[in-house]
Amino acid sequence: MKVLQALGIVLALMLLAYVGVKVPGGRTLFGVVLPYLGFAVFIIFFIVKVMDWAKSPVPFRIPTTSGQANSLPWIKQNKLDCPSTTSGVIGRMLLEVLLFRTLFKNTRAEIHEGPKLAYGTSKFLWLFGLLFHYSFLTILLRHMRLFTDPVPGFVHALEFADGFMQVGVPTLYQTDIVFLGALTFLLLRRMILPYMRYITLQSDYFPLVLLLGIGITGVLMRYVVRVDVIGIKMLSHGLVTGKPLIADSITGIFFIHLFLITVLLAYFPFSKLMHMGGVFLSPTRNLANNSRMKRHVNPWNDPSIKPHSYAGYEDDFRDFMVEAGLPVEKEPEPKPAEEDAPAEGETKSES
Amino acid sequence: MYDTGKIIPGLLVFVGLVTFPVWYAFGTDAGPLPNPEKPTKARQCVESTEYMRTSHMVLLDDWRDNVVREGGDRRAKTEDGTEYIRSLQNGCMNCHTSKKKFCDECHNYAAVKPYCWDCHVQPKEAN
Repeated sequence: MKVLQALGIVLALMLLAYVGVKVPGGRTLFGVVLPYLGFAVFIIFFIVKVMDWAKSPVPFRIPTTSGQANSLPWIKQNKLDCPSTTSGVIGRMLLEVLLFRTLFKNTRAEIHEGPKLAYGTSKFLWLFGLLFHYSFLTILLRHMRLFTDPVPGFVHALEFADGFMQVGVPTLYQTDIVFLGALTFLLLRRMILPYMRYITLQSDYFPLVLLLGIGITGVLMRYVVRVDVIGIKMLSHGLVTGKPLIADSITGIFFIHLFLITVLLAYFPFSKLMHMGGVFLSPTRNLANNSRMKRHVNPWNDPSIKPHSYAGYEDDFRDFMVEAGLPVEKEPEPKPAEEDAPAEGETKSES
Repeated sequence: MYDTGKIIPGLLVFVGLVTFPVWYAFGTDAGPLPNPEKPTKARQCVESTEYMRTSHMVLLDDWRDNVVREGGDRRAKTEDGTEYIRSLQNGCMNCHTSKKKFCDECHNYAAVKPYCWDCHVQPKEAN
């Protein structure tokens, strides 16, 4: 089963890191060299990928028109679902990027007895997707406490808000629970629903299991097998300032957590996770539906080939067309020398 | 490449965001590494240094629950038989006298704000 393969790969990665740091030089490799490398791969290939996409021309407007297009003045346009202006597109993109509006519109078809086909709205993917992404963002920003010194104010504010319930010591973060819960939902959704399982690939399971691995090791480090945060910050802040320092107090589980993140970073630009950049480049979302107002010229048209109108075409081939019995808009001028050409009175008046 | 006017700024924003800690470090001065003051009174803590480093908050939490809520004993003994008081202000701070020089050193560095002092009276420090 594909999900077991994904789980196997992640477990193997964890084992690799756990054993790897016990080898001489392994701590430097997994603590410094690979994280730098992973981050470099992430940035460089992210840019390469986006540049590659940017090289593809999108000559024509192909927005999904899920609303009334701009039409006659008395017909009300749906400016967000079928925008015809840049501001409309910005509104649509903001809703898409920040609130996942497309997922919100998700529907589900069900066959009931009868047989009757029923369509209903299905919001679970949207809800858990949103929860996952926002808790991931919060967790990422909270981690800035390990990468900055002095720690900026917004991190303090996030920490305070996230641990607002003051449950236990160290304070429980709500996002930790939401993150793991939402990920579990997204994974189970693919595993349990038969039609989802059918279309799910290895590359769908792997990021989910990898993120679960990162989340679980992180949660363990905070609440169960606690680690020396000061030692870890010396390393993480050292990585940022170019003076990494691996304290002896850092234990295996931290290296597992770090290595899984390294793998995630390096894997990111080559995977479906590139929807992070791709969402901004979706032509069905980010193009204004203004085909009726603006002329969009295909960029790969050969400039030496001039536009050839039908009138020009007919001028070139009129005689042949008449000969073949094809209708022409402009009858040819009768040639007086040839008597077999049926010269009719009306064509004369036309020309 | 098409739409360079939008894609290049977009990519610059992306790189700027993901490298935030790097340029933030250039703009700010990092303080010295934490160096909590070692006590002069006692040589040994109630648990090993490693345990105290990672889990002192759990110990304090257990003490609070046990002593305040379950009526547990204030007094306890370390492994080598030294008696101590299970209390933040009368126990821990008997040796680690300064909140500023001991607690805050690491807590500030790691941006941890424990809520001990929501209830306990903060010691008035001379310096």
